[in-house]
Amino acid sequence: MTNYIGKAVKRVEDKRFITGKGRYTDDIVLPGMTHAYIVRSPYAHARILSVDTSAAEAMEGVVKVFTGKDIAESGINGIPTGWQVNFKNGDTMKEPPHPLLVSDKARYMGDAVAVVIAESREIARDAGDRVEVEYEELPAVADAKKATEAGAPLVHDDAPNNLCFDWELGNPKAEVNEAMSKAHHITTLEFVNQRVIPNAIEPRSAIGHFEESSDKYTLYTTSQNPHLTRLLMCAFVLGIPEHKVRVVAPDVGGGFGSKIFHYAEEALVIWCSQRLKRPVKWTADRSEAFMTDAHGRDHVSKAEMGFDQNGKIVGLRVKTYANLGAYLSTFAPCVPTWLHGTLLQGLYTTPKINVDVTGVFTHTVMVDAYRGAGRPEATYLLERLMDTAALEMKMDPVELRRKNFIPAFDGVTQPGYQTQVALQYDSGNYHGVLDRALEMVGYEKFRKEQEQARKDGKLLGIGFSTYIEACGIAPSAVVGALGARAGLYEVGQVRVQPTGKVSVYTGSHSHGQGHETTFAQVVADRLGIPMDDVEIIHGDSESVAFGMGTYGSRSLAVGGSAIVKSLDKIIEKGAKIAAHKLEASEEDLEFAEGKWTVKGTDKSVGFGDVALTAYVPHNYPAGLEPGLDFSSFYDPANFTYPFGAHVAIVEVDQETGKVRLKRFIAVDDVGNVINPMIVDGQIHGGLAQGIGQALLEGAVYDENGQLINGSYMDYTMPRADDLPSFEIDRQVTPCPHNPLGVKGAGEAGTIGSTPAVVNAVMDALSPFGIKNLEMPLTPERVWRAMNS
Amino acid sequence: MAKKIQVTVNGKAYSHDVDPRTLLVQYLRDVLGLTGTHVGCDTSNCGACTILVDGQAVKSCTLLAVQADGSEVKTIEGMADNGTLHPLQEGFREEHGLQCGFCTPGMIMASADLLERNPNPTEHEIREALEGNFCRCTGYHNIVKSVQYAAKKISKQEKVA
Amino acid sequence: MIPNSFDYHRATSVDEAIRLMAQHGMDAKLLAGGHSLLPAMKLRLNQPGVLVDIGRLAELRYIKKEGDSLVIGAGATHDDIANSEVARNTLSMLSEAANLIGDVQVRNKGTLGGSLAHADPAADWPAVMIAAHAHIELRGPNGSRTVAADDFFTGFYMTALAEDEIITAIRIPAPPKGTHSSYQKFMQPASRFAIVGCAASVTKDGGVCQKVSVALTGLSDTAFRASNVEAALTGKKLTKENIAAAAQAAGEGVMAMGDHFASEEYRLHLAKVFAKRALMAAAE
Ligand SMILES: Cc1cc2nc3c(=O)[nH]c(=O)nc-3n(C[C@H](O)[C@H](O)[C@H](O)COP(=O)(O)OP(=O)(O)OC[C@H]3O[C@@H](n4cnc5c(N)ncnc54)[C@H](O)[C@@H]3O)c2cc1C
Ligand code: FES
Ligand code: FES
Repeated sequence: MTNYIGKAVKRVEDKRFITGKGRYTDDIVLPGMTHAYIVRSPYAHARILSVDTSAAEAMEGVVKVFTGKDIAESGINGIPTGWQVNFKNGDTMKEPPHPLLVSDKARYMGDAVAVVIAESREIARDAGDRVEVEYEELPAVADAKKATEAGAPLVHDDAPNNLCFDWELGNPKAEVNEAMSKAHHITTLEFVNQRVIPNAIEPRSAIGHFEESSDKYTLYTTSQNPHLTRLLMCAFVLGIPEHKVRVVAPDVGGGFGSKIFHYAEEALVIWCSQRLKRPVKWTADRSEAFMTDAHGRDHVSKAEMGFDQNGKIVGLRVKTYANLGAYLSTFAPCVPTWLHGTLLQGLYTTPKINVDVTGVFTHTVMVDAYRGAGRPEATYLLERLMDTAALEMKMDPVELRRKNFIPAFDGVTQPGYQTQVALQYDSGNYHGVLDRALEMVGYEKFRKEQEQARKDGKLLGIGFSTYIEACGIAPSAVVGALGARAGLYEVGQVRVQPTGKVSVYTGSHSHGQGHETTFAQVVADRLGIPMDDVEIIHGDSESVAFGMGTYGSRSLAVGGSAIVKSLDKIIEKGAKIAAHKLEASEEDLEFAEGKWTVKGTDKSVGFGDVALTAYVPHNYPAGLEPGLDFSSFYDPANFTYPFGAHVAIVEVDQETGKVRLKRFIAVDDVGNVINPMIVDGQIHGGLAQGIGQALLEGAVYDENGQLINGSYMDYTMPRADDLPSFEIDRQVTPCPHNPLGVKGAGEAGTIGSTPAVVNAVMDALSPFGIKNLEMPLTPERVWRAMNS
Repeated sequence: MAKKIQVTVNGKAYSHDVDPRTLLVQYLRDVLGLTGTHVGCDTSNCGACTILVDGQAVKSCTLLAVQADGSEVKTIEGMADNGTLHPLQEGFREEHGLQCGFCTPGMIMASADLLERNPNPTEHEIREALEGNFCRCTGYHNIVKSVQYAAKKISKQEKVA
Repeated sequence: MIPNSFDYHRATSVDEAIRLMAQHGMDAKLLAGGHSLLPAMKLRLNQPGVLVDIGRLAELRYIKKEGDSLVIGAGATHDDIANSEVARNTLSMLSEAANLIGDVQVRNKGTLGGSLAHADPAADWPAVMIAAHAHIELRGPNGSRTVAADDFFTGFYMTALAEDEIITAIRIPAPPKGTHSSYQKFMQPASRFAIVGCAASVTKDGGVCQKVSVALTGLSDTAFRASNVEAALTGKKLTKENIAAAAQAAGEGVMAMGDHFASEEYRLHLAKVFAKRALMAAAE
């Protein structure tokens, strides 16, 4: 019987957060702790001529100042990347070094030049102003496409034309060109998927603590995956023994991708602590976060979609320049390639697809996964093409989609859908979500209203986005073949205590997703015990055996499945113990509601009893090990493929160009749902971020590579009064290949929503003959378009 | 030059010598160890540091500790009454008004100011009142519902009383 | 996030504050609500050696009628003004503008005096004060003087205030019978300061504009009176068309600012739109 799964159980973790008892990295104070302030380059590209630390070091309370020279002399490595994408001709990608502190050149505004360690945050800050760095400013390039042009300033001398890799996927170009040449109509869009800044509200922070007496290192860090950070830092950067290093990611105030990566500051505080034999804490100011957290998106694309005379898609051709920033962040090469190109099938039966991506270095901060990572870019491209094509071909955008949808398939009785771009979709019912969304919108009624509004001089618009994404990342063998330098399985350990209480250790990390609740629901149900008897432990490499962390909407699908595997082992072993106690054979037992019962009798033994017996094995099955504690690795068989239909309704103020989002409807299918309240919350948050990209957000670099909106005074974050309440609903098509039937809900909202909003604005502006505008759709952009 | 200040925080009187440049949020976090109040920015925009000073919501990152000398301060740690959650705390839990929890203390304190002024706010009024508080996780949808929950609960309590 | 070190004095009276300012000279800054000064200090854009805190002076924090005038103490917060009946009854644009400043937390601390002294080109109060024909009362070591709001804002973050003077009060003459006002603002979406803000007050008699006062902020280096708009509307019937036509003069001949939110051209366009909206609302 199910007691918890499918119910909106209130979150276990909330108690500490609503009472102010959360424990975030910056809350932690260690005895004798020192404070780090990092001196950063104000220039996007500059030669470092000299660094004079003497005035800073002379200040009272300053412990030490380290510079790039100290780092270089220590012989440690730079920050590695975790993915390799080669050039089409087989050459390996360019992977220039990324030192913890630079000594020769600064390559983006914010590049770290020196670190001051002092007795207090205040002294460290004051001393930072006294570190004298002499720079020779050099020309910089911030735009990916321009960076590839002849004569563009080079970010790294050994990466000609600033190329990191070039890559292609899908059908051969010739085949796609052939299909396109026969198209009745081709819709072409050239656009920028602008760079956005993740802006988790908790700025990054790290504390390094080396204890000489035991030769042990502890890193507290704002991370979405502490184990991966440990692995990268130990094995690739510092060369310190992994078993001597503990990495703790305590409560983390949001990540959205930006806290997946192993950052230089993490290794730096450990390195400094080792030298100084004292704990070292660094916490970013928001201004610093703007400059140094890995950004997201930043693609320049040209996309062409061909249609036959009936509106059936015949081909898709995409060329993308992906800005990678100045160095390669942990997953940077994978995002614009394998997480982007593979999604260009969308929900459609497009027979020929070719995508060509050039990865480019620029004098900007690193670009890596940001909520959705590659998939929002793919969805934006496809869904903008669909609405634009509908407009051009004078078709209804809904009809155009229906015509091209892949028919429903469950992935069990019907096979998965093989795309032209390497993936096999697991299960889907795409008409279903769109129909439900239309019903919620009242589509026909809206079109009438819109017509009337136009007569009254009001600009209303509706926009659609039907998306699919690949998450539950990822089958290790598959990603290994595609260039991943790590496996992407997950680890789940279930330790039944002698009293029958259960401790669960997961390699997933919760920084808002509510694992402590959702995972406990699964465990409690499977074992038939109260949720109060289950504790979910995560985020500490000392207690959790191993883990690959939380991103790519993988926690429940992969991390949850690992736990289920361990639960199965617990139940299987428990059955042996129960059979012994009941003097029955295992095959005659059934396990339900927390007890093993001899079928057809009322003879049973409870879970707690079995647990105690496992640890007090006086009367025990011969040959069976004592204890009830299993750890499992789960490596998924495939990605999971959530999908959905999003609809936006907007009104544009003709005088000012200001867009007001009036309604947002989202129908998502994320497979089975364990906790609907939490899933809804994930969707809401995702929607806000996707809408933010469409209307408000975007990093602005000037031609010198200066980030000119690096603060909340200039970078527009979505606020409560920018958004309506969302109208959301759900369809459930279970995932056929994981034990919970779940797909993943963390990124769906972001992936689907952006094009829906832009499409709605374009629909509102269609009387002006406007087809495409760059995001964010700021009032001035919209006003200009209406007046040109 | 350090200045002596006296403040009452969550009903408890404190007296400390502080460097005048100490922000109130740093005083709360570093000196009193009340780390429930968070810092999310350096430009006074995000509201993560919101607390009540003499009953009004303020951004404690934009107030010097010395400015608060003689004031009554209330932080998230002082919202529950002898273990009974404040209706806002309860509302945020019941309506899933938080995910990572980082913005939550500030949201709750700003909402407390709102409900003090306007016990029965509309959705629009709630959204406007929270314009000084950023949340990156929830899309604000459930935060609005959380405040509505608290408003209802408080008005019910008052009817009973 | 961390300001530089400074000395701090909390003044117990305006006179003491003036003495302290005189004593510390150029190195000292007045601290009122701190919501312009502290953000700048946290980013070390401003590094005063001494702060003289006038934020708690009860003698500066009031809103009252004095004869025919409305007098607002420099220490009245934005929130005080937003909630003041007398202020709203005198000119509703006062409460409208107050409510549009920043957010609740900012309004709870920031003061009218601080905003005027700071003279941010995108601040809301300067336009409202010009449109209200306010007089700004200043006191220094050599006594008191009054400056008309029209003459107070002299440039980019610059005012007629001398280094050693304090704004003590703002005096707004009672508007003639039949006067209505409005403040309309197009917000910069991130900071929520004004990209363009327009304050307008209209005195109407039998549908005709007897007197009109219009000021704009956000457009250029300082708030200013839109005399050409006033001239275009005075004596005219308050029709939609006449208002729209007069609003066309907003921003004429002004060197507008531009940034990544709003170019010069767009700001000038918005000036017309918001002048129209403010006038329409005031003429209702
Ligand atoms: C997040 C945020 C959003 C904001 N949004 C807006 C907005 O939308 N619109 C807007 O107009 N403003 C906005 N502001 C600014 C806010 O209104 C400030 O409160 C105001 O500009 C300054 O007032 P204050 O009392 O805080 O002054 P302080 O910061 O204390 O002082 C500002 C300056 O004025 C001087 N000063 C202060 N009082 C006096 C006095 N009585 N006599 C002489 N000099 C004095 C100080 O020495 C200092 O140089 C915002 C501020 C923040 C932090
Ligand atoms: S920390 Fe962001 S407003 Fe105070
Ligand atoms: S709950 Fe994470 S920022 Fe609001």
